[in-house]
Amino acid sequence: MTRLFAWGALIFGCLFFLLPLVGMTEFSLKMRRGVYSFDAYVRVFEDPTFWATFSYSLTLAAATIVFGVFLVVPTAYWVRLKLPQARPVIEFITLLPLVIPAIVIVFGYIRLYNTSSFLPLTGSAIGTDILLTMGYATLALPYMYRAVDTGLRTIDVATLTEAAQSLGAGWFTILARIILPNVLVAVLSGAFLTLAIVIGEFTMAALLNRPAFGPFMQLLGANRAYEPPALAVIAFAITWACMGLIQLVTRFSKHERAKA
Amino acid sequence: MAFLDLTNLEKTFGANRVVKDFSLEIAKGEFVSLLGPSGCGKTTVLRMVAGFETPTSGAITIDGQDVTGQRANQRAIGMMFQAYALFPNMTVADNVAFGLKVKGVARPEREARVAEMLDLIGLRELGARFPFQLSGGQQQRVALARALAPSPRVLLLDEPLSALDAKVRVSLRNEIREIQRELGITTIFVTHDQEEAMSISDRIVVMNGGIAEQAGAPFEIYNKPRTRFVANFVGTLNTLPATVEAPEAGQVAVAGQSFTLGRGALTARRGDTVTLALRPEAIRLGRAEGREVVLPATINEVHFLGSVIRVRARVGDGVVALDTFNRPDQPPPPIGSAAEISFAARDVIFLQD
Ligand SMILES: Nc1ncnc2c1ncn2[C@@H]1O[C@H](COP(=O)(O)OP(=O)(O)OP(=O)(O)O)[C@@H](O)[C@H]1O
Ligand SMILES: [Mg+2]
Repeated sequence: MTRLFAWGALIFGCLFFLLPLVGMTEFSLKMRRGVYSFDAYVRVFEDPTFWATFSYSLTLAAATIVFGVFLVVPTAYWVRLKLPQARPVIEFITLLPLVIPAIVIVFGYIRLYNTSSFLPLTGSAIGTDILLTMGYATLALPYMYRAVDTGLRTIDVATLTEAAQSLGAGWFTILARIILPNVLVAVLSGAFLTLAIVIGEFTMAALLNRPAFGPFMQLLGANRAYEPPALAVIAFAITWACMGLIQLVTRFSKHERAKA
Repeated sequence: MAFLDLTNLEKTFGANRVVKDFSLEIAKGEFVSLLGPSGCGKTTVLRMVAGFETPTSGAITIDGQDVTGQRANQRAIGMMFQAYALFPNMTVADNVAFGLKVKGVARPEREARVAEMLDLIGLRELGARFPFQLSGGQQQRVALARALAPSPRVLLLDEPLSALDAKVRVSLRNEIREIQRELGITTIFVTHDQEEAMSISDRIVVMNGGIAEQAGAPFEIYNKPRTRFVANFVGTLNTLPATVEAPEAGQVAVAGQSFTLGRGALTARRGDTVTLALRPEAIRLGRAEGREVVLPATINEVHFLGSVIRVRARVGDGVVALDTFNRPDQPPPPIGSAAEISFAARDVIFLQD
């Protein structure tokens, strides 16, 4: 009886999530009257704006990941090593971006860094890109920090650090040669989550007026019928590919360790 | 001046004085053990030598050079931890090579040294393995090779054997000692296992509550413990209450038998009760030549340990443990039976309280 109920719940859950996706996918294939076709997808891929915005967002995602890794790995390491009592505070801070809406952050940025401020970042394209990267890093912080912190939990940070120190290593060597390689899988899963966030982000990019993928999706959605669902399916595919890559990397690294 | 000199080391954590006025001189090539109960400050002393803790006061010099203010990674000290602490992302060979790489040793030289170290610990074929593919004993040997590879001035070992099972523990401690002798490296070994400390050390420092109670060769520590704590902590100790009969002559009585201790006058007065201490192996079951003190006893417990039989017998108001060797033609005495024990007055240990 309970088994039956569990199966029922599972099937209901699957239907709840899958039906809209199926419906959307089905609709996106109906651009040509009467037959299923990939016309909508071809249109999307033929649009140069798609490629421009997509590669722009990809570049910014890469920058965000690099910045995030350099910010989070040493911080999480230092907190674990020297300030374990500060961990709840740090964790709270890294959770703030989930509570504070992106729109609040971006208005804060615009107020602080506008053209008449002491640091007029919004005055130039590159300055705005930097600002946007920082914003993305903030949005990704909860995921990145948690991933890295979980990775650090699997190794004995204090003892490994002392072992390395007694062998003559300084902080940079310890971070680069011992800590980072040991949390690499965690860093990669954080990186893919960051990528998924940045690709779909709308608010910050739109308000800072940068040609990112999120605003492009919105623009397309407001003006066309069949392309937006096609784009949505593409966006889903990208996100799922990221998730799959996380799985793959985790699997692969275990495999690597086991077979070596 | 000694090679490694710890002078009046003190360490406080908040209001907690963990190490108190700890001084120790260690000669080059010497193997010294810090022995003591849990929490007595052994690890703290070791970590101050390694540079992981800063002494509250006091000084540490190595080879005449004051290293008290130096950071851990500048001290050229090798360290082995209880928890192996091998780098999980590196192979055995890379682990051993790490210190050499940090030092900037060129590749051919480095590889030669790694091979030499792996030979030393007998794990030449395992260079390409990862730490998780090794047994605990093998991991700890790799940790030793890693610590020794950059030719440190001092080797520190913090209970490196306590995570291993009994057999491996004994063979590895002998191996460590052999390698230490071969390389002539000055070594401090921390343990709370007295047998371990006695079997491999040149010298033992018995610690209690952050203080060095006594330092000396294992033979000296065991046979001439200076304090009650040392006597109790190192080996088993029997105490027998005795009544002083003639303090000038050193004559006392236990269970109605009087005898002379042969140490000259006692400081106690006639009629006082003093405590005599005896090692189990100093007491015989039955009479024996050269053991002039004979006391009546009742057998309380018999533990058959194989080659040795440990007997606990009631003597007067106290209980003593004594060891006899197993003899196939002589079964151990039955529990509850009456017997005699004997010992030599010169084997009695006097303790300062
Ligand atoms: N970082 C620290 N902060 C506060 N107290 C500490 C710290 N390190 C050690 N102590 C305290 O110092 C005392 C001695 O610790 P230490 O680790 O030196 O003991 P130990 O002799 O090595 O014991 P064990 O045999 O259990 O390893 C303990 O009471 C411990 O609680
Ligand atoms: Mg300890």
